[in-house]
Amino acid sequence: MLTFVLFHVVGGSPALTVLGKNATKESIAAFNHRYGYDKPLLVNTNKGESVFDTQFFNFVANLAKGDFGISTQYDEPVADILKRGVGPSLTLTVPILFGGTIVALSLALLCAAFRGGWLDRTVLVCSTVLMSVNYVVWVLAGQFLLAYKFRLFPIWGYVNWTYLALPVLIGIISSLGVDVRFYRTAILDEIYKSYVRTARAKGLSGPKILVKHVLRNSLIPVVTYIALAIPYLFTGSLMLETFFGIPGLGNVSLNAIHSADMAVVRALVVLGALLYQGVNLITDLAYAWLDPRVRLG
Amino acid sequence: MRELWRKLSKVGRLCLIVIAGYFALAVYGEVQYRVARARDITPSYNVVHEQQRYQPPSLRHIMGTDNLGRDVAQRLIQGSRIAFHVGIMTSLIAIPLGVFLGLLGGYFGGKVDSIVVWLCATVASMPGLLFILAISMVVGQGLLGIYLGIGLTTWVGVCRTIRAEVMKHRDRAYVQAARVLGYSHLRIMFRHILPNVAHIILIQFSIRFPGAVATEVFISFLGIGVQGEPSWGIMINNARLRLWQGIWWEMTFVTLAIFTLVLVFNHLADELRDLLDPALRNQRN
Repeated sequence: MLTFVLFHVVGGSPALTVLGKNATKESIAAFNHRYGYDKPLLVNTNKGESVFDTQFFNFVANLAKGDFGISTQYDEPVADILKRGVGPSLTLTVPILFGGTIVALSLALLCAAFRGGWLDRTVLVCSTVLMSVNYVVWVLAGQFLLAYKFRLFPIWGYVNWTYLALPVLIGIISSLGVDVRFYRTAILDEIYKSYVRTARAKGLSGPKILVKHVLRNSLIPVVTYIALAIPYLFTGSLMLETFFGIPGLGNVSLNAIHSADMAVVRALVVLGALLYQGVNLITDLAYAWLDPRVRLG
Repeated sequence: MRELWRKLSKVGRLCLIVIAGYFALAVYGEVQYRVARARDITPSYNVVHEQQRYQPPSLRHIMGTDNLGRDVAQRLIQGSRIAFHVGIMTSLIAIPLGVFLGLLGGYFGGKVDSIVVWLCATVASMPGLLFILAISMVVGQGLLGIYLGIGLTTWVGVCRTIRAEVMKHRDRAYVQAARVLGYSHLRIMFRHILPNVAHIILIQFSIRFPGAVATEVFISFLGIGVQGEPSWGIMINNARLRLWQGIWWEMTFVTLAIFTLVLVFNHLADELRDLLDPALRNQRN
């Protein structure tokens, strides 16, 4: 609903953008009629027509059927465009999420194990430094130095997995700083609790306590954190996809924004919001599974 | 304020000094910009020198010149001016909004709280960048769009922390005492509870600022942000094409400038959080 209002206030006239400045009145009217943009926005007061025959209610009804309307830019159903984009986006974002989580979690565990030591401090300083480097810079520097100067990776395209290696690497590194710091805090929150002392008193070894007891108990904030990233797996990474020529949803959305392709942008925003809500629900369910103290209902 | 300065570590003080330095540059840039506009002349950072294109750093141009022969150092100063504009203006939008809603939700609880939480969830569930882009489409591309876009999307974090903190204060004795004295809800919220949660505002400001600067760079880089003025994002975008030809200076210096500002702010935010948030301090031992 909010999205709809926003993009209507916002979007300007899609007809003008597509048909150009010299469009005639008739062609604009025909265009609007074709894509349903000539219908009233919220409530239809015309006699003889249904009250609900409006842009908004049609939009909601179509949404329920999984129909996002027709892209004004490509002249094909938005759903098809999205379907095509999801695959490439996922091949990029899923490795980033898993790789990033594994690297960051293990670093955070190491930090927590040697908290206060030189390793901990070095990693902390490094991650503060890492998180201060702008995302744009990661992409540009990675592409320029690693791909162009040292020729370690292909520069641009989407042919086989080697083309994905560099974007994935950049994706992992650019989020590493924030992730490590977050996981470290989550683990340290647990490490001073009394059950850790009990475990130690039982004579368990340090690593065992850390992995079996502390890690399991600190999973709740970790899971929340990861879950929040999931919707973005689908919408893809705007920057990485544009710069490495990966035909995913990030690329689609940037194109749509530049050409004022309202249907596509709207679909992406709605999709993102729906995914977010869905993931939130799943996270809540996961809490109960992770921590028996949390009861559902 | 003086007490805060005393408590900061040496690195923290250094960070504060660096930020002050950036701020001074930004003020200088603002003056330069205003003067040029008042006199209706092209400011020196925008003057094109065809003969002096792509000059490497020298005494005359300490950071070299760009593709139109403009001095990179001067444009960098303008960039920091815009960065501070963005950081401060977006905070002026996001923090009052977040604080107000957080106070309302935390203090009243119940239905009011549900509405606040729902609002937070709604805003949080929208892909941030798309929202910012949408807003900049309405008000036109430029600084105003960025202010509103970033400001209206980032208040959620402020609101959540304030709300959580206010909830802890709601049933404290001093609040009950104020209620017994017959003070109005508004007065209790703003005169009694707000000062007790004010440290969060400072922490949130120091967290938000570098984020806002980084987002502005990103948006301007994509070409949907600041127009016609040398923002850092625009400079990076400008420099990236030249990088392939070995023109390294513009890219390097802009990157360094952004990096330093964001780094010192991040560090300062860490120290402030450790200093001002008693809950965290106890956990750290």
